[in-house]
Amino acid sequence: MSFPILTVIILTPLLGSIAILFIPKERDRLVTRLSIAISFVVLILAIVLVVSYDKVAGGMQFVEEYSWIPTLDVFYRLGVDGLSVPMIFLTALLTLLCIFYSSYTIKEKVKQYFMLFLMLEMGMFGVFLSLDFILFYVFWEVGLVPMFLLIAFWGGKRRLYASIKFFLYTLTGSVGMLLAILGVYLNTGTFSIMEAASLQPFVDNWPLAVLVFWGFFIGFAIKVPIFPFHTWLPDAHTEAPTSGSVILAGVLLKLGAYGLMRIALPLFPQVFGYFSYNVPIIPILAVISIVYGALICVAQWDLKRLIAYSSVSHMGYVTLGISAAAASLAQSGNSDLVTSAIIGLNGAAMQMFTHGIITGALFFLVGVIYERAHTRELRDFGGLANRVPYYYAMMMVTGLASLGLPGLVGFWSELFVFRGTFGIIPIFACIGVIGVVFTAVYILWKIIQHMFLGEFSQKKWDQATHHAPLSDLEWWEKVTLWPLVTIMIGLGLYPTPILNFLNSAAVTLLDKLQ
Amino acid sequence: MTLSQILALLAPELILAITGLVVLVLDMVWRDEKKKEWLLYVTLVGLVGTLAAIVTLWHQAAVLFSGIYTVDMFALLFKLIAIVGTGLVVLSAIEFMRGRTPYPCEFYSLLLFATLGISLIASATDLILIYLAIELLSITSYILTGYLRQDPKSNEAAIKYFLYGAVASAVMLYGMSLLYGATGSTNLNQIAMALGPANASLQEIIFPAVIFLLVGFGFKIGAVPFHQWAPDAYEGAPTPVTAFLSVGPKAAGFAVLVRVFLVALPSFQPDWILLLSVISVVTMTLGNLVAIWQKNIKRMLAYSSIAQAGYILLGMVATSTLGITSLVFYMFTYLFANLGAFIIIIAFSNGGGGDSVEDYAGLSQRSPGLALAMLLCLLSLAGIPPLAGFIGKFYLFAAIMKDGLIWLMLIGVLNSVISLYYYLEVVRQMYIIPPKAEEPVSSTSKALSGALLITMIGVLLLGLYPAPLIELIRVAACAFLSG
Amino acid sequence: MSFPFLSIIVFSPVVGALIIAALPKEKHLAIKLVAVVSAFISMVLSIYVFFDYDQAAGGMQFEEQIRWIPSLGISYHLGTDGISLPLLLLTGIIIFCGVLISWEKDVRPKEFFAFLLILVAGVFGVFVSLDLFLLFVFYELAVLPMYLLIGGWGWPVTREYAAMKLTLYLLVGSSIALIGILAIYFEAGLGTFDIMTLSQVGFTPLFQYLFFLPIFVGFGVLAGLWPLHTWSPDGHVAAPTAVSMLHAGVLMKMGAYSALRVGIFILPIGAQKWLPWIVVLTVVNVVYGSMVAFAQKDFKYVIGYSSVSHMGYVAMGLASMTVIGISGASLQMFSHGIMTGLFFAVVGLIYRRTHTRQIPELGGLARKMPFVAITFIIGGMASMGMPGLSGFVAEFQVLAGTWQAYPAIAAISLIGIVITAAYIIKVSYKVFFGSLKSEYEGISAVSTIEKVALFIMAALLIIVGLYPSILLDVINTGVVPIMMRLR
Repeated sequence: MSFPILTVIILTPLLGSIAILFIPKERDRLVTRLSIAISFVVLILAIVLVVSYDKVAGGMQFVEEYSWIPTLDVFYRLGVDGLSVPMIFLTALLTLLCIFYSSYTIKEKVKQYFMLFLMLEMGMFGVFLSLDFILFYVFWEVGLVPMFLLIAFWGGKRRLYASIKFFLYTLTGSVGMLLAILGVYLNTGTFSIMEAASLQPFVDNWPLAVLVFWGFFIGFAIKVPIFPFHTWLPDAHTEAPTSGSVILAGVLLKLGAYGLMRIALPLFPQVFGYFSYNVPIIPILAVISIVYGALICVAQWDLKRLIAYSSVSHMGYVTLGISAAAASLAQSGNSDLVTSAIIGLNGAAMQMFTHGIITGALFFLVGVIYERAHTRELRDFGGLANRVPYYYAMMMVTGLASLGLPGLVGFWSELFVFRGTFGIIPIFACIGVIGVVFTAVYILWKIIQHMFLGEFSQKKWDQATHHAPLSDLEWWEKVTLWPLVTIMIGLGLYPTPILNFLNSAAVTLLDKLQ
Repeated sequence: MTLSQILALLAPELILAITGLVVLVLDMVWRDEKKKEWLLYVTLVGLVGTLAAIVTLWHQAAVLFSGIYTVDMFALLFKLIAIVGTGLVVLSAIEFMRGRTPYPCEFYSLLLFATLGISLIASATDLILIYLAIELLSITSYILTGYLRQDPKSNEAAIKYFLYGAVASAVMLYGMSLLYGATGSTNLNQIAMALGPANASLQEIIFPAVIFLLVGFGFKIGAVPFHQWAPDAYEGAPTPVTAFLSVGPKAAGFAVLVRVFLVALPSFQPDWILLLSVISVVTMTLGNLVAIWQKNIKRMLAYSSIAQAGYILLGMVATSTLGITSLVFYMFTYLFANLGAFIIIIAFSNGGGGDSVEDYAGLSQRSPGLALAMLLCLLSLAGIPPLAGFIGKFYLFAAIMKDGLIWLMLIGVLNSVISLYYYLEVVRQMYIIPPKAEEPVSSTSKALSGALLITMIGVLLLGLYPAPLIELIRVAACAFLSG
Repeated sequence: MSFPFLSIIVFSPVVGALIIAALPKEKHLAIKLVAVVSAFISMVLSIYVFFDYDQAAGGMQFEEQIRWIPSLGISYHLGTDGISLPLLLLTGIIIFCGVLISWEKDVRPKEFFAFLLILVAGVFGVFVSLDLFLLFVFYELAVLPMYLLIGGWGWPVTREYAAMKLTLYLLVGSSIALIGILAIYFEAGLGTFDIMTLSQVGFTPLFQYLFFLPIFVGFGVLAGLWPLHTWSPDGHVAAPTAVSMLHAGVLMKMGAYSALRVGIFILPIGAQKWLPWIVVLTVVNVVYGSMVAFAQKDFKYVIGYSSVSHMGYVAMGLASMTVIGISGASLQMFSHGIMTGLFFAVVGLIYRRTHTRQIPELGGLARKMPFVAITFIIGGMASMGMPGLSGFVAEFQVLAGTWQAYPAIAAISLIGIVITAAYIIKVSYKVFFGSLKSEYEGISAVSTIEKVALFIMAALLIIVGLYPSILLDVINTGVVPIMMRLR
């Protein structure tokens, strides 16, 4: 048997978190160092995975399968394809950065914090790697609890409200999903995601197919979040500690989109297509998310809330791309349609990755200024460009990546999404583009203009921050941000490496469905 | 049949009568109070002798005096109940009577005569003998109830009991005369033959006769609406007498009820079954509901025993072998549980305790043994496993169920839940309410402890291993119904 | 005859109770030792029986049969199969933990432990009885000690009311079930109360329609079936800790188990007829129970109503009449038993130290008792069906079974899961986190004995959650034959 790298990736954070359990709680430095070491090892493993995944062959690789609960046909099934490999890398990278960053900012209940963080990482890996519905659901929920606790204990003032709202929203979505899983199981007799997809459940029972599809869809939509299920997100983000926000926006939201691609689309292509093309509810919701999210951002004055709403807007692109691919299935196929669908799907998948990188960086940057000023009110700032030039530069690059400036990574994903959508459901592409305009408005006008440009007024600063000292980035903040910025620029200039992965996945997926 | 055979068959009654007379006479003759202590032992020896006589007659069946008197297993089982009951009452009464009356020995002799009455009733197969035996039992009971002459409550109870009893006897006698008028015979078997298979023309006479007979029998078993004497008599009578009244006359009443109705009136079975089932329902329901409100434990047990009579009647309603088996078996379980409860009340009042339920507060901490015994007795009466009463009730309900009378069974089981409420009230006092006094209830005499032990063994043994007794009764019931 | 394991499991507590009755009441330590030893014997033997059960062979094993009352065909017939085994195990564990949790009990320990052991003997007895009469005997045997335990050692404010209410409700229930039992006996006409024999009799559909309901509802009272559940929260709250644990943890399962063993096992056609109606009640249980739990201010009432809600899943699984649903119900019985035992143990620990159960008056206790907080949260997560813990597998199966039979019911019941999560979070936060009141600064630490009890229960939740096959394989050997008979 080959080396079970996927299991090792899942188990390493868990073992690390158990190891931390046995460290006396006074020894904070040991805890932080161990956590960093573990998440670093995990990142290495993820890189090994990236390198050793055979892009040419494509499909599911490194598959592991063991019987788990035989009486229920539940298996421990893991595997990766071109869609999940980048996600694994993203998760490992962001977790390492978060843990590194937190080791300097978290001062209370250090031991518990890092234990939870590692468990969170395990849960996220599990979702991306599971090929069994039950296992998928298990990890889906396992990831929920540490995040809930992170917000509830290390969050801001209204943390309890925010954390419970987050928890209950997600749980509501997941129990609906659970029912849908059961529906699939009872129809196909298997919990294997791949097998169920090839069996195409409910082909002969349209109403039930619709019901089960929406069960899944709402579960995922809450996590993404798609309008109108997004209301938990700004609260959760605002109250979460910086690293929590990074992971929440960077990875957890992707779980929902990943679910749409891994489960909703392959299992219910007809239904998904029907609601994307014949009755285009899903693209409508996606477009509303994009435009409405961006508009809210324009009206927001709390920096962190603004970034949070920008996530709603940006994740709308992902949904739009997926729904475009689904819509192509509802039409009689010609080769142009297929190309558009592949491009759209590629765009959506890439947007997941790039949004993870960009929003992660943005939340770090919010954290940096909040650590200093203890305020996030945009009107309190102004003219910071001269005082903290390094910070300004970082923010500039990230912001521009976010608004889709060519040469940075955000450009490619948005381009692909709109290109793909335009070829299939052009009207929604046209409306969606409005969102890009507003994105430019809030990035440039709200963030860059209000925070960095103009004259710095010491008096206003002192009043707003109660005489907090203002300093530029510390070395560890730079260390945290550089890898992300590097990726933004690197992949912006040469996106092929990641596209190779995503394309192999998208082609395989759509091949099966056509 | 030779005289010696006849005497052998009559041995239990003869021994009882002779012992009773001996005690009476010696009590008169002996002047020395110390000497009179021996009369207690004479009584006990007499009872043991009777018991031995009953056992020697086991499985015999005979008819004496041209059909007036029958010895069969059915009768012997009721005699057994009477003897065991009386024996336990005697054992538990010694201490109680010593302090309260100057004439303890006549008490024993009266008890023996009352037992003789029950014993005769169980065997009587002729209306005349039935009437005489019932009167023997009644009159001795009246005297026993009023035995504490200085106690106005005892006197009041006796008067009430007597007045009710006299009326009930008169009505019953009238019923008997109607039967005689209709059939021309006082012998049960001949009455049955005369009535034949449902002789419709006699309906108008037989129906009132049945009702009048039921008045008399119902009075003995304490069934509603002939129960009003019971609470007052139970409360006022000396507690050992109450114990006796709750078991002895009831057993006699059921023995005669079963015998008369099943032997003499089988052709009117549908009529009296309906009547009995109504009486049964009313009796158990009223008994239980009224018992809930009682504050005096003797009064409460009086109503409880009324309700118990209601359950036992269920066995009569079923009429099958199973029904009669369950009826007799239930009498045994009732005997031990009810007497056990009264013995504890006697012990408690010997120790200076009152008769109010609230006086039992915290008994479990003062005298854990007594409290536990009371708990077992009450739970057995309520029909909680694994105690005797549960098996008894289960049999009764099974018998009813076999006849398909689900509604009757439902009422029965719901009634046992209601009854649990007031039994638990006593349990609550004993186990939950803290004691008012710390010191244990003063130690009880050996005789009383022995009696209590016997009842406990009965309550547990009949619950855990009832098979032998049930088998015995089943054989008896089979024989009774087929003969 | 082979070694009578089951009899020893049942009667070890009885012997313990008798020995305790014989001990002088001042000897607290000796009394507790006897209690713990007899509970331990039962637990160890139940574990042994569990693992020694031959899964490949399935069916009834460890059978013992002695004629008891031959004239009615009653015998002392014990045996265990896949359905009763986990419950046997559960009872063994809960009583052992319950005795440990009650270690500090100094008010009349003699009677307390004696009654507790008698109660447990009744519970064990129900789970291993293969004779209807015997089952009924043990069933009622378990109810009465409950009255005395709640009344004598319970929360003084409501104990008398609660104890009486509980006893009367349960006895009304069992009385109604008795009607069904006797009807089965006479209808079969075989002169036997043997469950296995009776289950082979093909009763007429009409008979099954008529008598399934009294049996299911009668036993369902003890399972907390809505709207006959009201005794249960009152009883839970008033009971002393160990009794609450047994009560919610094990006793309520007795009702569900008996409903399954007598109702569905013997009268399957009647079950098919009635359960579509009953399943509606069960979903009310789930949703209503969780809503009421959410609204409670008293810590123990929250747990009490959560039992009502969770037992709804058990009844729902049974009512689904599918293999997966019934096996889920069986697992839920085990899982909920452990979980709720853990909850009540925690409530008891806290109450003994703070003398209040009002949630608003508590707070920040995690600082004083972190171990308790962690175990409670593990239990809470099991309760809200978090994957990786036993509650998930159980509720998942129940949902799967129900979804198969009644999709709408399954969907509605999900509301219960969400509300459960809400109240569990609310309670754990308000009790264990936030600021610690100054008057609780000096509360005593949790003893090792108590920690052992909590640890056993929390560990089981995780073990069963991660490796449910340990129970499911056994359960399925019991469930599958039942369902085979329906085809």
